Amino acid sequence: MTTRVLIPSGALGLNYDQVALDRGIAMKPDIIAIDGGSTDSGPAYLGRGVSKYSRASTKIEWRGLMEARAMAGVPLVIGTSGTCGADDAVDWMLDITREIAADLQQSLKIAVLRCSQDSAVMSAAFCDGHITPLPAAPKVAARDFTSCTNIVALAGAEQIAAALETGADIIIAGRTTDTAIIAALPIMRGDDAGAAWHGAKIGECGALCASNPQSGVVMIEFDNDGFTVIPLADGAHATPHTVSAHMLYENSDPFILYEPGGHLDVTDAIYAAIDDTRVRVTGSKWVPSDRYTVKLEGARPAGFQCVLMCLLRDAHYVKNAHIWADDIIRKCRSKVIKRLGLAPEEFEIELRLMGQNASFGTLETHAAQPHEIGVLAIVTANSNALAMEIGQFLNPYLLHHPLTQAEEQPTFAFPFSPAEISRGQTYEFCLNHVLTLDDPMSTFRLEQIEIG
Amino acid sequence: MAKLGDIVQKIRSKNAGPFWLTVDIFCGTAHAYAHVVTKLPSAAVAKAFGMNTQDIKRFDIADLHVVKFSLPRPHVQGSTRDPDMHGASWAALLAELSLEE
Repeated sequence: MTTRVLIPSGALGLNYDQVALDRGIAMKPDIIAIDGGSTDSGPAYLGRGVSKYSRASTKIEWRGLMEARAMAGVPLVIGTSGTCGADDAVDWMLDITREIAADLQQSLKIAVLRCSQDSAVMSAAFCDGHITPLPAAPKVAARDFTSCTNIVALAGAEQIAAALETGADIIIAGRTTDTAIIAALPIMRGDDAGAAWHGAKIGECGALCASNPQSGVVMIEFDNDGFTVIPLADGAHATPHTVSAHMLYENSDPFILYEPGGHLDVTDAIYAAIDDTRVRVTGSKWVPSDRYTVKLEGARPAGFQCVLMCLLRDAHYVKNAHIWADDIIRKCRSKVIKRLGLAPEEFEIELRLMGQNASFGTLETHAAQPHEIGVLAIVTANSNALAMEIGQFLNPYLLHHPLTQAEEQPTFAFPFSPAEISRGQTYEFCLNHVLTLDDPMSTFRLEQIEIG
Repeated sequence: MAKLGDIVQKIRSKNAGPFWLTVDIFCGTAHAYAHVVTKLPSAAVAKAFGMNTQDIKRFDIADLHVVKFSLPRPHVQGSTRDPDMHGASWAALLAELSLEE
């Protein structure tokens, strides 16, 4: 059975081409699916359970999709709601949906899929051997789970299918794999599973698999044998090259993609142009696994930070910036330890020399002399007050520290007053693990809500 | 000595999750691809990143004229010392790598 999945863009908040979306609706899709996030913007969003994108922008774009859904009369699903997919972000997305529904006077059946995990339950699952590391995972102990402010499990096609089976108009899902929201319906309708996952991976970033990638909107048409990629914006063309090259994107392995319940293997996939816009893909394989696992993501507090910035423009200081920075760190650390009574491991001071080696650190190979250097000072400590106080210790050094006692006291450029900027609580990712489940739904919660 | 970035079309680096970095070298032509495959040993890439060769995954993809490397991130994404949240700058480290004669 042919299943058409309309994907408005790579993520809600990135905007989409309205003309192309209308074109997609006219083609009678079976579902509209959009991603709401990923880990790509860093650990703070998961740590706090908040969205990266502006609420106003999210609301405008979601309103457009809710109107398109009403016109098409098919389900609308969002995965990884609110960037991180934690329960708080799901509630944020649900609130926005309620506001729009009231405004548009839509009566809706909503399915909410929650993916947040109880840290004590995860800690116990770890002790019982149900949680195992993926390659390059940090070493963890049971207490690392309880230190997380948010742990999410990535839902796959099974959990999205359960939500679709409720007959919901809109599905607001917490953390899902990027592909699950696209693959679920074709799999439910008996389309080829290899094609479903492969087409989902190709379409998950919207029109990034075609030319004119900013246009966003793409239709993936699935059937028993393969899938067809149809970019919908003017000037957007998919070619066998743009489609197959998308398997490289953000994938550590361009041929194998692990998902809950198995993996996709595209080693033997064949990419063929139908015309100058559409590409047909066949030969993708789905390989079911013995164990059903879902990936876990977790973020925990990692200290408070204060940052300061200054600029070196004096040639003598630009030339000797490393010596200057190392000397400041040594002297300031020593003063902090003495005056605040801190142990050396209780705080960190880092000076990044922007224009010199701030990108690669010790791996930098360029030795060219810049004409100015931006100094980004980063203080990390166990409380905001302490980080800010150490920032105040650092301030006079960044303003006046001389390379030698023999020279006249220099003054450097501060762009701000006060110079110390609080970054507040910071977070770190601490899990790259999978959780084994007997029942795919056991660690996820599905709620049905009727509004309007 | 030719730099990698001078002979290929484009080099892109991105996160592949918070713990992995992936670098795609789009060679552009069969000729450039053949040159990169033979003149860019994995050991040279490992050295540029200060890692061991066995920690790096390599894919030579002739159909796309692409050579791809995936490696554990030099710093875990968003950790205190991570300079690049999206892993986008690391491509330049390889672009400036000199190829074997």
